[in-house]
Amino acid sequence: MDVIIDNLPLYADGLLTTLQICAYGFVGSLVLGTILGAFRVSPVAPLRWVGTSWVNVFRNCPLTIVLFFCAFGLPEVGINGQYFWFGVTGLVLYTSAFVCEAVRSGINSVSAGQAEAARAVGLNFGQSLSYVIMPQAVRSVVPPLGSVIIAMIKNSAIVGAFGVGGDLFAVGQQLSSAQGKAALPVLTGVALGYLVITIPGGLLLGWLERKVAIAR
Amino acid sequence: MSTETAAPPMIKATAVNKYFGDLHVLKDIDFEVPRGQVVVVLGPSGSGKSTLCRAINRLEPINSGQIEVDGKPLPAEGKALAALRADVGMVFQQFNLFAHKTILENVTLGPTKVRRASAAEARTLAMELLERVGIANQAEKYPAQLSGGQQQRAAIARALAMKPKVMLFDEPTSALDPEMVQEVLDTMTSLADEGMTMLVVTHEMGFARRAAHRVIFMSDGEIVEDTNPNDFFTDPKSERAKDFLGKILTH
Repeated sequence: MDVIIDNLPLYADGLLTTLQICAYGFVGSLVLGTILGAFRVSPVAPLRWVGTSWVNVFRNCPLTIVLFFCAFGLPEVGINGQYFWFGVTGLVLYTSAFVCEAVRSGINSVSAGQAEAARAVGLNFGQSLSYVIMPQAVRSVVPPLGSVIIAMIKNSAIVGAFGVGGDLFAVGQQLSSAQGKAALPVLTGVALGYLVITIPGGLLLGWLERKVAIAR
Repeated sequence: MSTETAAPPMIKATAVNKYFGDLHVLKDIDFEVPRGQVVVVLGPSGSGKSTLCRAINRLEPINSGQIEVDGKPLPAEGKALAALRADVGMVFQQFNLFAHKTILENVTLGPTKVRRASAAEARTLAMELLERVGIANQAEKYPAQLSGGQQQRAAIARALAMKPKVMLFDEPTSALDPEMVQEVLDTMTSLADEGMTMLVVTHEMGFARRAAHRVIFMSDGEIVEDTNPNDFFTDPKSERAKDFLGKILTH
């Protein structure tokens, strides 16, 4: 286990990079997924169609393929940038499809009468959603959303494999392949790094779940 | 009176048809509700009376025909429809108060977000209305903390806060415990006395006799009778109305 202690700064940098990927991924897929979820229940048919297609494409494609498209496909059509952002983009595209479905299930958990009352008062679709439906949907969205976010944190390892560099996964690769350190302790360190993010994340979600449940 | 002929009826339905799949729930419905009139819609379960009520603010889209509110045809989805709904108050069987908001917030949401009233204006109006329906002391509570009768009165206050031209009541007392029916009916009666135009779908025969100017009797998706309450209750013309009244008034 000396290898972990000796390389603690490297691991810490890896943790930080992974956290950055996850933070951007979290915000991006939450915003995009919520918009897509609203699309899926919208009265406008083309918007529903966009939402449904999005979910069907990105939920059903392996993340690796989505990342390949972002990392190698986007430069071919003239979009250039750092691999970091390609990686984050791929992660957001993929995760937003799952967030969308979590949000949609939450919206469907709110009784139809609430939406009818909102419309009957004269609120438009966006107002009904943001003042009446979403605040009530949140409490049933949090648990499935938590699973989606934890899966996303773990999926960030695949983003690392695409050469973003410097994240937890890349640290493992560097130590074991390039420097020839024994894989078992190196990977244990990597796994611990992910647990450092996911376990407090899970606890935070549990707290949030209780909080939105009481707020009613 | 000349003003009555000049002003269009508040609600006008022409040749309205509505299907749920193969089921023909509204069959060639024609009727009008003039301004200031209280019209009670009676009929057995499944006769289409709730669907008719919900079609007027397009919570149920119709398949053919035309519905006009205050002389204007119902718009399709979008801004114009939202604006129309703001002018048409609706009270539901299940109250449908916003569960995550206090009673006061339920009443102020529409005025602030749709009418763009200031928070202070909306609050003053809301407290006036809650006072009027007798639940001002419940303003800070959540809907689940109120009795059914109180919730329904709050829902009436919420609808009135939009200063509607007409009020629709879709079986407002059907989900209430018997001892709470009267308090809601009293609120509705006082509203009728003040000249509000109302369309009320109900099973409350007492309210129909006392407060209605007109009774529409529906059966199997058709308007079978359209007359004044006295004639309807004492001298129904159709077999279906006689049958209906026989079942209701004997127990």
